[in-house]
Amino acid sequence: MLDFSLVAPFLPYLLTGALVTIEISVLATALGLVLGLIAALARMSVFKPVKWVADFYVWSIRGTPVLVQLFIVYFGLPQIGIELGAMLAAVLALGANTGAYVAEILRGGILAVPAGQIEAAESLGMSSAKVMRRIILPQAFRLSIPALGNQAVSMLKESSLASLVTVNELMMVSQRFAATNYAYMEFYIVAAVIYLVMTTGMSWILGKIEFRMSVSER
Amino acid sequence: MSEAAIQVIDLHKSFDELEVLRGVSLEVKSGEVVAVIGSSGSGKSTLLRCLNRLEQSTSGNILIDGTVLTGSKRAISEIRREIGMVFQQFNLFPHMTVLENVMEGPIQVLGIPKKDAATLAAGLLAKVGLAEKARVYPRKLSGGQQQRVAIARALAMNPRAMLFDEPTSALDPELRGEVLQVMKQLAAEGMTMVVVTHEMKFAREVADRVIFMHNGVIEEQGPPDQLFDSPRSERLRGFLRHVS
Repeated sequence: MLDFSLVAPFLPYLLTGALVTIEISVLATALGLVLGLIAALARMSVFKPVKWVADFYVWSIRGTPVLVQLFIVYFGLPQIGIELGAMLAAVLALGANTGAYVAEILRGGILAVPAGQIEAAESLGMSSAKVMRRIILPQAFRLSIPALGNQAVSMLKESSLASLVTVNELMMVSQRFAATNYAYMEFYIVAAVIYLVMTTGMSWILGKIEFRMSVSER
Repeated sequence: MSEAAIQVIDLHKSFDELEVLRGVSLEVKSGEVVAVIGSSGSGKSTLLRCLNRLEQSTSGNILIDGTVLTGSKRAISEIRREIGMVFQQFNLFPHMTVLENVMEGPIQVLGIPKKDAATLAAGLLAKVGLAEKARVYPRKLSGGQQQRVAIARALAMNPRAMLFDEPTSALDPELRGEVLQVMKQLAAEGMTMVVVTHEMKFAREVADRVIFMHNGVIEEQGPPDQLFDSPRSERLRGFLRHVS
């Protein structure tokens, strides 16, 4: 029946794959945060073309499967002369994808800051840029932390899609050894456990961050 | 002779179809304390909010220290720097400590070094009786304490005049006294103040002049004794019967 001892010799390779998974997730999440913040601000811009571009970005990304986006970047772009390499393509596609969701989360957080506080800041003579940076964004981020955390955990799981564009992350490595050893159940169960450890660890870290950020509410 | 700190000439303000201010003219002298009373919907808060451009008037002029308040961002920011505002809902910044709330304006708007701003803020907190709460976050404070911090925050800009928009209306009765006390002290120090209020006792004791607004115009104004003891207009008599 099942023989998990088969997996043991390959564990170092799986763990190396897990490191790549973490690398993709961290980079794509960081990119997503930057893109999401820019898009959230752009969507509230009074300058219409800027708003339209951001609206289009969020609308098109959220309305299409992430796998299609990934394939367009990895398999499609080379056709028009843009060769990115597997790792970069995965980070860009997954980052752009999560950015659209981050934009929606942050917009919700920004709109949740009470109007009275904005008036109070304005009545001190603060410019709208300063009101945004000093008063609105810190609170919007704090309000958004739980949702952003969920988004980051989703990213960690979605990074497994990178295996489909030949990135040597955990899923790719598991697939390869599962096939060569005819031990699908064993390798995939171990892969699942490694994913679980990573998502659980991440949730724990996020919980800590949330707690630290809530200092003004305690 | 004291000059006019704030001068309002024939101010109109409409929200869509609704005309909230229908031609208000008013002069507030330097050092004068003006209480604005009237029922809700009379336009008194809107008038106050027009003075520092939180609302933009539909027509009419506002002069601050003799200079017409134009619509440019720079002029508006400058005017807001010089006129402090205290809100009914306090509107403290919840993600900053009490001290940071008071320091925020001086640092961000006036460009005062952090250390000096902290000293200034600590002094103002002592003035409103909250020196020991400097490191606390706003949500730990009572409404009355929050409002006193809000006053200190406005004072930190060293304003020429202060606007108060129903500063005690959101407070439990037992907490109003501490806020009114701070305002009394400010008035005694010669601060120019425009106070929209339902506190008739405060208006009578502290204000140099009381303005009664009704339906978007100044219906009657004068020294408090005259206005409260021998009101001329029927509407003011009706209003005073209701509130006392």
